[in-house]
Amino acid sequence: MEPDEQETGSGGGPAPRVAAAGVRTRAARGEAILEIRDLAKHFPLHRGVVFQRQVGAVKAVDGVSFDLYKGETLGIVGESGCGKSTVAKLLVGLERPTAGQIRYQGEDIIKLSGRALKAVRRNIQMVFQDPYTSLNPRMTVGDIIGEPYEIHPEVAPKGSRRQKVRELLDVVGLNPEYINRYPHQFSGGQRQRIGIARGLALRPEIIVADEPVSALDVSVQAQVINLLERLQDEFDLSYVFIAHDLSVVRHISDRVAVMYLGRLAETGTDEQIYEHPTHPYTQALLSAVPVPDPAARERRGRILLAGDVPSPADPPSGCRFRTRCWKAQDVCAEVVPPLDVPEWFVGAGPAGHPSACHFAEERSDAQE
Amino acid sequence: MTTTPEPKLLDVRDLKVEFRTRDGIAKAVNGVTYQVAAGQTLAVLGESGSGKSVTAQAVMGILDTPPGFVTGGEIFFQGRDLLTLGREERRKVRGAKMAMIFQDALSSLNPVLSVGAQLGEMYQVHRGLSRKAARGKAVELMERVGIPAAAARVGDFPHQFSGGMRQRIMIAMALALEPELIIADEPTTALDVTVQAQVMDLLAQLQREFHMGLILITHDLGVVADVADTIAVMYAGRIVETAPVHQLYRAPAHPYTRGLLDSIPRLDQKGRTLYAIKGLPPNLTAIPPGCPFNPRCPLAQDVCRTDLPPLYEAGPGRASACHFWKETLGGAR
Amino acid sequence: MPDHVPDEAITHGDGGAAALAIGAAESLERTPGTGPGGAPTGRARSLWRDAWHDLRRNPVFVVSALIILFLVVIAIRPQLIADGNPYRADLAKAQAGPEPGHPFGFDTQGRDVYTRVVYGARASITVGVCATAGVALLGSLLGGLAGFFGGWWDTLLSRLADIFFGIPVILGGLVFLSVVTSSTVWPVIGFIVLLGWPQIARIARGAVFTAKQNDYVQAARALGAGNGRMLLRHIAPNAVAPVIVVATIALGTYISLEATLSYLGAGLKPPTVSWGIDISAASTSIRNAPHMLLWPAGALSVTVLAFIMLGDAVRDALDPKLR
Repeated sequence: MEPDEQETGSGGGPAPRVAAAGVRTRAARGEAILEIRDLAKHFPLHRGVVFQRQVGAVKAVDGVSFDLYKGETLGIVGESGCGKSTVAKLLVGLERPTAGQIRYQGEDIIKLSGRALKAVRRNIQMVFQDPYTSLNPRMTVGDIIGEPYEIHPEVAPKGSRRQKVRELLDVVGLNPEYINRYPHQFSGGQRQRIGIARGLALRPEIIVADEPVSALDVSVQAQVINLLERLQDEFDLSYVFIAHDLSVVRHISDRVAVMYLGRLAETGTDEQIYEHPTHPYTQALLSAVPVPDPAARERRGRILLAGDVPSPADPPSGCRFRTRCWKAQDVCAEVVPPLDVPEWFVGAGPAGHPSACHFAEERSDAQE
Repeated sequence: MTTTPEPKLLDVRDLKVEFRTRDGIAKAVNGVTYQVAAGQTLAVLGESGSGKSVTAQAVMGILDTPPGFVTGGEIFFQGRDLLTLGREERRKVRGAKMAMIFQDALSSLNPVLSVGAQLGEMYQVHRGLSRKAARGKAVELMERVGIPAAAARVGDFPHQFSGGMRQRIMIAMALALEPELIIADEPTTALDVTVQAQVMDLLAQLQREFHMGLILITHDLGVVADVADTIAVMYAGRIVETAPVHQLYRAPAHPYTRGLLDSIPRLDQKGRTLYAIKGLPPNLTAIPPGCPFNPRCPLAQDVCRTDLPPLYEAGPGRASACHFWKETLGGAR
Repeated sequence: MPDHVPDEAITHGDGGAAALAIGAAESLERTPGTGPGGAPTGRARSLWRDAWHDLRRNPVFVVSALIILFLVVIAIRPQLIADGNPYRADLAKAQAGPEPGHPFGFDTQGRDVYTRVVYGARASITVGVCATAGVALLGSLLGGLAGFFGGWWDTLLSRLADIFFGIPVILGGLVFLSVVTSSTVWPVIGFIVLLGWPQIARIARGAVFTAKQNDYVQAARALGAGNGRMLLRHIAPNAVAPVIVVATIALGTYISLEATLSYLGAGLKPPTVSWGIDISAASTSIRNAPHMLLWPAGALSVTVLAFIMLGDAVRDALDPKLR
């Protein structure tokens, strides 16, 4: 990547250079293996039974751009309905985008088809949220984890598959003897390990994890998070880690993107986002997270947002957050704030990271 | 924090509940004792299968029987043992004197009745108000729980409200008859963080206003820290630790509590590897002998595998069901 | 090899029994809707094994299965219990009552009623089994594809199903079958399949549609699985249960439909031996020879009942929530 210079203006330019300053990634910043540009997914709304006509569209994802670097974890946080799960589905090809590009090693995979697409797909795998519904109850663990090899037979010759499945079970911390058991014989945490083993089977470079621990109990969550981190080091994986739990995302991510109503509000390193947020939505979100420390409840200033998230079928004009924002001015309804480092923060240390707000500023502690 | 020696509003003593299932008898609650005073918030903390919700259902009298059976203990509410009451008397207590808020507001509300009708029904049935007066009351309640344009929305149906608004309606319903005790079972688990904060604030504020007792059942250590006065940590159908909220977080006296606190990622701290409690919670049809936590406990000794630890008093207002509570309190791992 | 950090301790040591049981314990609080301890703790565990476990202990299932087994055996080899000839007529014995060797008596043409009742099982069972098989195949194929692909294919099929639903069965049978001259069972079977498939198609469509939403189907798709694999490996095994239940119950009703049509003269035709035909013949002399009606009608009722009971038992076992 060339050195950082800011692309001003919105729309089709390259994604903002996220995290230019104060980079503290686990892997040294390598090349971007995934480049997402202006990704959009609109679900048409139909009316009528026989003669359907389109009456509008739910803009689940509406112009999202980011890069994923090799060996890093990019966390995407947001509340329900913000479009983060749709992003996951677009990345692994479960949905076709309405517009935009997903470039894998420089090649736009949306344009690919047939064998070329299948080869790329192999390198981007997914881990699902619900360990109870993501495993076919009628298949044994061995068949579930071995299925990727049946779909991509070129990866492993037939005779070696069983052995590979055993190895995968061992890698995710399950007893290889369990290969003939059915999913219902396992607990939630163990099932999630099975799902992770399936995701690893094809030796992908990228794993998209959609809320992988939110269905698990607290004590089991930690086990699975640790496992994901260990696997990342072991297999040099890049993660897109999608979750609503800000604490979990902070723990596991090198960089974080905050999503609101189909767009990214703010991106940066975990330190930039969590210690120096400049977008009012991020600030409100962070202030609302309950901290497991009763002593903290007196001292922290909480921003209580008014109202609810507007419908993605009819999003507000201009800045999407303006209807709930306490800083909103007329300009917010008229001009879409670009996801760039605000001019007044360029070179300003950790606050200098992309934030899609006309009035981006750090929150002073005295402020309520 | 309330430390005044008020007479307890709710006093649960040695409650036992079991489920008789095809796979055997699941001992969901094995001798739970706790008290709640008026104006006080007790948080019952536990993972799934810990018995926290089952205890609450037994208190409310909404346990599914069969398969669930209360097999022992007493539930004193305002001095009367609810378990000795007749069905009809019990029903009168429920709703009027104690109310419950569930996790899933959408399935707890009737989808074919307007929220106004559902809120008003409480007044028509319990207070004998006319339909019109009840509707007025419904609007009043909706305003009270912060639903904007209440008068215009009173005729709307549950699915027309957002998740947060629906949970507000649930709270309004629970408050309708001004109960003395509210049991909230994971009231904000299904909600987004920003909405969760709104709803918890509302609940805390209304509790202060009406001087109600509140039992908050949750698995979220963060939510608990925000609102509770006292915490009871449950594991395998038992209370393993009770303590005033500040003390519990500062120095847990049970290895399970300590493990839980260490295993959650924290927004205000970033470490490399999380501490993980090894193993899995026990199967309730075959709880291990001795301390139920012993197979997962880093401090376990022989005594833990044979003797069930009682709830030791571990300081003023604190108790821990661990043979080694002193060591745990001192920081041993 | 990975370093086995503390969290890995779970699985290598403490065996499967614990894990197995945990599923039950967790579902105590996790299963939405059923609430804590919702009795069937293992809804997701191996469906067929659980169902079989339940069925074996269900007297309704045992009795109906034994009756059906017996019927199938005599349908294949009626000679096992009836050594007579169903066509042999002895007009001297016309409408005579029971006598040794002829426990059910004789019909108007002096044929042995017992032998005819035994031989009549073959037509009923053939029609029932073949029609059900045809309906199930056609219905689940069309319905399954509609549920899977959706879109205009689904719309078209649903409307088509509505049209077939609208055809009155008896009237349609009288009209359709009166133009057929064949005396075999196939026109009747064909007619039942033609009118019966929408019922199964609707069930199959719904079941496939539900199964399609499951994360594991999405997971297969994310792996790059094609439609065929997803349908056969992931969707069909998880959607087949309701189809089996409805088909079993429908089998009984098809048998009675065949009898009804035969009674009206539009179904099977002599020389085929059928309960419906015999009931029709007996109805004219119901006053002086009630045994002619009683036995074939009784056999028919028991058969239909057995299949419906079996279907009920299977449904209870496969889907306890439908009860």
